[in-house]
Amino acid sequence: MGLNIDREKCTLCGDCISACPFAALEIIDGKLIVNNACTVCGICVDVCQEGALSIERTEAKVTRDNSEYKGVAIFAEQEKGNIHSVAYELLGIGRKLADKLNVELTAYLLGNDIKDINSLFHYGADRIVFAKDERLDHFNIDRYTEVITKIINKEKPEIFLGGATFIGRSLLSRIAVKLKTGLTADCTGLDVDDKRNLIQTRPAFGGNIMAEILTPNHRPQMATVRHKVMKPMRPDESRKGRIIEFGIESNLLTPVEFIDFIIDTSQKVNLAEADIIVSGGRGLGGPEHFDIIEELASLLNGAVGASRAAVDAGWIPYSHQVGQTGRTVSPKMYMAIGISGAIQHLVGMQSSDFIVAINKDPEAPIFKVADLGIVGDLFDVVPALIKEIKKRKGL
Amino acid sequence: MKIVVFIKQVPDTTDVKIDPETNTLKRGDSPAIINPFDLYALEEGIRLKEKFGGEVIAITMGPPQAKEAIKEAVAMGVDDGILISDRAFAGADTLATSYTLSQAVKKIENVDLIICGKQASDGDTAQTGPGIAEWLKLPQATFVKKIDDIKEGHIYLESMWDEGTEKLKLPLPALITVVKEINEPRIPGLRGKMKAKKFEVKLWDNKFLSLPEEKIGLNGSPTQVRKIFSPPQKEPGRQLTVTENVSEIAEEVVNTFQKMGLV
Ligand SMILES: Cc1cc2nc3c(=O)[nH]c(=O)nc-3n(C[C@H](O)[C@H](O)[C@H](O)COP(=O)(O)OP(=O)(O)OC[C@H]3O[C@@H](n4cnc5c(N)ncnc54)[C@H](O)[C@@H]3O)c2cc1C
Ligand SMILES: Nc1ncnc2c1ncn2[C@@H]1O[C@H](COP(=O)(O)O)[C@@H](O)[C@H]1O
Repeated sequence: MGLNIDREKCTLCGDCISACPFAALEIIDGKLIVNNACTVCGICVDVCQEGALSIERTEAKVTRDNSEYKGVAIFAEQEKGNIHSVAYELLGIGRKLADKLNVELTAYLLGNDIKDINSLFHYGADRIVFAKDERLDHFNIDRYTEVITKIINKEKPEIFLGGATFIGRSLLSRIAVKLKTGLTADCTGLDVDDKRNLIQTRPAFGGNIMAEILTPNHRPQMATVRHKVMKPMRPDESRKGRIIEFGIESNLLTPVEFIDFIIDTSQKVNLAEADIIVSGGRGLGGPEHFDIIEELASLLNGAVGASRAAVDAGWIPYSHQVGQTGRTVSPKMYMAIGISGAIQHLVGMQSSDFIVAINKDPEAPIFKVADLGIVGDLFDVVPALIKEIKKRKGL
Repeated sequence: MKIVVFIKQVPDTTDVKIDPETNTLKRGDSPAIINPFDLYALEEGIRLKEKFGGEVIAITMGPPQAKEAIKEAVAMGVDDGILISDRAFAGADTLATSYTLSQAVKKIENVDLIICGKQASDGDTAQTGPGIAEWLKLPQATFVKKIDDIKEGHIYLESMWDEGTEKLKLPLPALITVVKEINEPRIPGLRGKMKAKKFEVKLWDNKFLSLPEEKIGLNGSPTQVRKIFSPPQKEPGRQLTVTENVSEIAEEVVNTFQKMGLV
């Protein structure tokens, strides 16, 4: 099982060694050796000209009868009765998967007084399984894990999706272990194949490469999706569905004691929800120059974003950071100003509908993803844009 | 207090690139590093030991060369370090990884606190920590940005949510994952480096852990990587170059905005 090396064919050329992202191949004493960093991803098999590498897989035993698992389910995250917009995005992709599989789409909802519960139907759900209880109003890891695991064991969905939010990440990880099934984090693409397998595409190595992942033998197939990566469907107010109340018969015990929740009010405009984002990077040269970014953003009714370089330099708070270690955003328009476009920045914004880049270096990688690139000094271009917009607005 | 910190050795992500000519992956020669987020976990473990006494043990699962990560942890100030390494563990996804790591914790008696990084920079899943907590049935708090106090068998802490801060009280033993806001990791000093040089990293293989084959490595992993490829390249967009014509360009850009209904 694992990676096999045919030493007769291997010429020790080393192509596989430099291709392996995990540094799992080495030449020791004139022999190619695979160590246990190997994830059996198969990159080396593809690069080997000699055909010396192959992957042997013993099909894991199917211990459960998967045919009972049917339907697509999503976790409809809410806080204090407000449904998180990631739930609508999950319904968007969930609808597509359910239609392809010819099954129903169900939203699992835990909480108490939910505002606008029917919106889940408008955005694509056929059913809502609703665990209504005061103690589920605010997220608690133990209670949520217990209740959702019970719902899944009863409902047996073949696919279960959640948002890669604070709640979703912590929760689905525990549920997956409880159910002893696979979970794929931060998927950017989801589809199904003819064997009803969920094809989960996600970036790895900070977005340098993409991986396609399957959970062939376990059900439900679980995945999380980052907020703003999937598009919700256009809401249809005439759509209706069934609400199934899920009775809670347990004491919902938890060792975790809640003390307080303090909402962050430092952000004037919520970056994740903004339609237009104007971001500044190291090219601004100092905190004082963020004022032109702010002026442009406010003229466009947009939010202010930043690269990590600008955040690390202390020019702007972390809550504005876009990218791998910041927020993922997907606005109608994203403007990258004085940002080079490092892969860690791109993974956080490249699904924006329209990308504008302003950079004085024509070779900057940001231009590879820009729909409109402006090569020039930002201190010329941004004031000119501000002037032009003001003129048109009659300001 | 007995504290276990889980660290992972990862390739330096800034050093993994796609060769645009051949469309294949190119890994540079820079050595593997400790997952950046795990440095905060190590630092917090060491600070808690300095404040409350006790011992900190760093554990990593990986190939033989991952013992370098343990040595770095020793240089920072942990008391003991264990490398879990065996071909049988290869190809583990987060289910198999969290299982293996949780069983290692069981070999160490009386652990009060387990600290993980928020996520590993190679996989970015943030799943391993909560996974370990579930295998061990421990209370968990994720994305912890501050530990307020530890007293009377409880830990008081602050978790960083997307929308704010949650304050919680958990009984020990517990598992936490930490974010970079929690501290500023120390740079190992000369004495630490000397200690690390001499330090013998303990090796735990599966002869020692004796975990069932079907729960570890590739066999214990429900998820399978089917394919790896480079991210699709976008068609190049329109490009305007500023010379003396900056106001014309501004006009053109704002025209585009207006056509899109953005102004
Ligand atoms: C694990 C990890 C996680 C990371 N996560 C993130 C993340 O979440 N978000 C993120 O953004 N980064 C992240 N990074 C950092 C990332 O690799 C880059 O270092 C960072 O994005 C660079 O920011 P920048 O583009 O502002 O700075 P630079 O790369 O320095 O680019 C500045 C750009 O400004 C241009 N410029 C300078 N002056 C002018 C001018 N007068 N007019 C016009 N253009 C000008 C330059 O040509 C240059 O292209 C991460 C890195 C690592 C290792
Ligand atoms: N192989 C490993 N060895 C030790 N700790 C690990 C390993 N994989 C993950 N971890 C821990 O789990 C955290 C989250 O990793 P991940 O779930 O891969 O994003 C890391 O920051 C580490 O603390």
